Amino acid sequence: MFAYYLDLALRSLKRSPGLTVLMVLTIAFGVGASMTAWSVFRAVSGDPIPWKSAQLFVPQIDMWGPQAQRGGGAPDAGPPDALDYGDAVALMRDHRAKLQSAMYPIGPSVVPADAARHPVTTSGHAVFGEFFPMVDVPFAYGAGWSAADDGQRAQVAVISARLNAKVFDGGNSVGKMLNVDGREYRVVGVIGDWNPQPVFYDIVNSGGFATEGEDLFLPFNTAIAANMSNQGNTNCIAVPKESGFEGLQHSNCIWIAYMVQLDTAAAAAEYRNYLDGFARVRHPDWAPNVRLRDLPDWLDYQHVVPSDTRVSLLIALGLLIVCLVNTAGLLLAKFLRRSSEIGVRRALGAPRAAIYAQFLTEGAIIGLAGGVVGLLLTGIGVVGVGLVLPREIASLAHLDMRLLLSTLVIAVIASVLAAAYPTFRVSRVQPAWQLKSN
Amino acid sequence: MTLHPLLAALRRHKAGVVLIALQIALTLAIVCNAIFIIGSRIERIHRPTGLDESNLFMVAQSWVGAPAGDDQDTTDKLDSLLQADLSTLRNLPDVQSVTPINSLPLANSTWSGGASTKPDEKNEPAHVVYYFGGRDLLKTLGARLVAGRDFTDTEVGNRAFRASNKPAVTIVSRALADKLFPNQDALGKALYFDGSSTPTRIVGIVERLQASTVETWANDFAWNTALIPMRLNASYSRYAVRSKPGRLRAAMAATVPALYRANPMRVFYNDGVGVRDFDAIRANAYRADRGMAILMGVICLILLAVTGAGIVGLTSFWVGQRHKQIGVRRALGARKRDILQYFQAENLLIAGGGAVAGIVFAIGLNLWLMHRFEMDRLPVAYVVLGVAVVLVLGQLAVFAPARRAANVPPVVATRSV
Repeated sequence: MFAYYLDLALRSLKRSPGLTVLMVLTIAFGVGASMTAWSVFRAVSGDPIPWKSAQLFVPQIDMWGPQAQRGGGAPDAGPPDALDYGDAVALMRDHRAKLQSAMYPIGPSVVPADAARHPVTTSGHAVFGEFFPMVDVPFAYGAGWSAADDGQRAQVAVISARLNAKVFDGGNSVGKMLNVDGREYRVVGVIGDWNPQPVFYDIVNSGGFATEGEDLFLPFNTAIAANMSNQGNTNCIAVPKESGFEGLQHSNCIWIAYMVQLDTAAAAAEYRNYLDGFARVRHPDWAPNVRLRDLPDWLDYQHVVPSDTRVSLLIALGLLIVCLVNTAGLLLAKFLRRSSEIGVRRALGAPRAAIYAQFLTEGAIIGLAGGVVGLLLTGIGVVGVGLVLPREIASLAHLDMRLLLSTLVIAVIASVLAAAYPTFRVSRVQPAWQLKSN
Repeated sequence: MTLHPLLAALRRHKAGVVLIALQIALTLAIVCNAIFIIGSRIERIHRPTGLDESNLFMVAQSWVGAPAGDDQDTTDKLDSLLQADLSTLRNLPDVQSVTPINSLPLANSTWSGGASTKPDEKNEPAHVVYYFGGRDLLKTLGARLVAGRDFTDTEVGNRAFRASNKPAVTIVSRALADKLFPNQDALGKALYFDGSSTPTRIVGIVERLQASTVETWANDFAWNTALIPMRLNASYSRYAVRSKPGRLRAAMAATVPALYRANPMRVFYNDGVGVRDFDAIRANAYRADRGMAILMGVICLILLAVTGAGIVGLTSFWVGQRHKQIGVRRALGARKRDILQYFQAENLLIAGGGAVAGIVFAIGLNLWLMHRFEMDRLPVAYVVLGVAVVLVLGQLAVFAPARRAANVPPVVATRSV
């Protein structure tokens, strides 16, 4: 029976090729535009570490007190989104979470052993050894460093595969010495393929997305001892009393990101309590004001998804709806034109269900054709946004099987939806009236 | 022509009429808001920074193995490295002037603080973005001085990057001057930076100078800027360089090799390129806005094309359906023009109805976007423009099928079926 409807539908579509092409293109453009917008939205709103994001938390502590103006003076702006050095070090010392790390962005230069090559800039983070198991950094060679290395301010480094290729020409470089800002560091680990987007462990400084992954990780205490300055944001409520990097460490300027891993809800509740007590002791002059957000909540709070991306998606969905309405109008016209044919079929004994099946099949065929053309348009769209959007966002949008499949599925669903009302109308056609009028 | 037959005919196609009017309404709502987004982005992109933007470029580099710290000895060493680079750049044949600088307008690295008219103020009334530079700071930026004078040689100093000593004099933007000293002449007055107790005297006011970031967090103080006559000494440096007129490319090409020749122990930023002209800085700063404008433009075009094609399709169908009636009207004496006008009027009626609903949708969508995404209120002009666009679109789309209708010969009336 389906084959018969298919045949009927194809004949009907062939009878008015202009209208058919119009409907197919309408569906194709609607689906193409919305899938393009979706591909960008999906890329920036994805969970960078889905298997673990619920166990990762970012603590916030109010070290400035209620007098501080922030967030444009909004009363509910919450505590600052980074920590000062004193609080961060004290939290590390207390070591209450299963895994935790204070961190700050660094950008030292690496001098290749080959004197003929120019030094290269790197970007990276100063972190604690627990950082690597906490955010599940995959290692190609070696591993992170130990708590003892952190304590002793060991001169060790973890490098990316890219820096490894640039400086050591790839391979297992564990044990080799790396010259960073004139000091020698022993490579203990080479990271494999790892470039999480957004850069979830330090949203405040990365601003969410980065075109390239990070090259270099050094122990936090070692970097501090080497006077390796902070490459990220520094926010001060008052000018530090002492000057220099040391003065910054003694000030309540905020520049350190912090992440903890807490495996259960009970552990999270306990840590929240601990933070409260911590704030009470460290900042006794005002009521403790702390937050402990899990990673998805934190990404949302930091507005990691650009509002432009959301608005584009909404507008593109609006376009899809207009295309649907358009297709519905055209199908209505097309179907009603065949009222007499339907009258004959109904008079010959075809039940309403048969009419439904026949016309929805026709709608689905238009959808399928629209979906195929839409695939092409989505492809063009994804390449197009790569040319016009900021690189760090555009580079994330890509075509994959899921996107292609959903393009087809959405096109078919959309056109069947558009065909629903016209089909309902033609199924109500009175056979007697149609037969009489001719 | 009376409206009655028109309305009577429309009543027989209720569903079709409602669908096409709904489509026009939705199109209008989206097009209004999209054009508004495009308009505001274009306006944003073309804001002048206040700089003389041609023949200007920026160099960003860092010395490898340079001492780190803020003590006097380190600061002196870093300053001599800086001075050496300045003289290397100044001696290039195509360079007109050069200054060390912490950032440029739109360059996105920002140093901001507070400014007040009173000493030791905790909550300063004005946020301010600083540009630290050397003797030729004003000359190199090319900002237009509207009052006062440039810095003198003796006013220019240097300080360690993280030191906190305040300058004795400053040149501020007019926006900052007006903010701190409303309805007064700010020239010669003292202000206090970052809650300091040391006064800084305003010796000059520039007409306009944009902040170094276009991010939303700096919207409130996007034009509050101050020039500080101090070279900052850190292990990295940035230079703003003005080439001789028309010699921008040559000056840029000569920069990196000359600096490497003078001192090879350095790295350049921006993927090793190290130098960026101001056009590149501007393009980079507004890339997201430009992308958004293009995206909205493409969506508008598709939307209008789809709606136009939909009107053509539906009207063509109605023309086919009313073939016989048109013949009868023609046989009864209607002129071709009457038939044409009938379909045009019909479309105007439907599009007009759609537009009325569309205005409501457009304002609703705008209010929602304002609430969710901090968008601005949609100006009436955009709504009027949108209505005009959909009405014209409707008339253009209906013309071809209406002409076909007008060409139906009267003889059709006498044929059966």
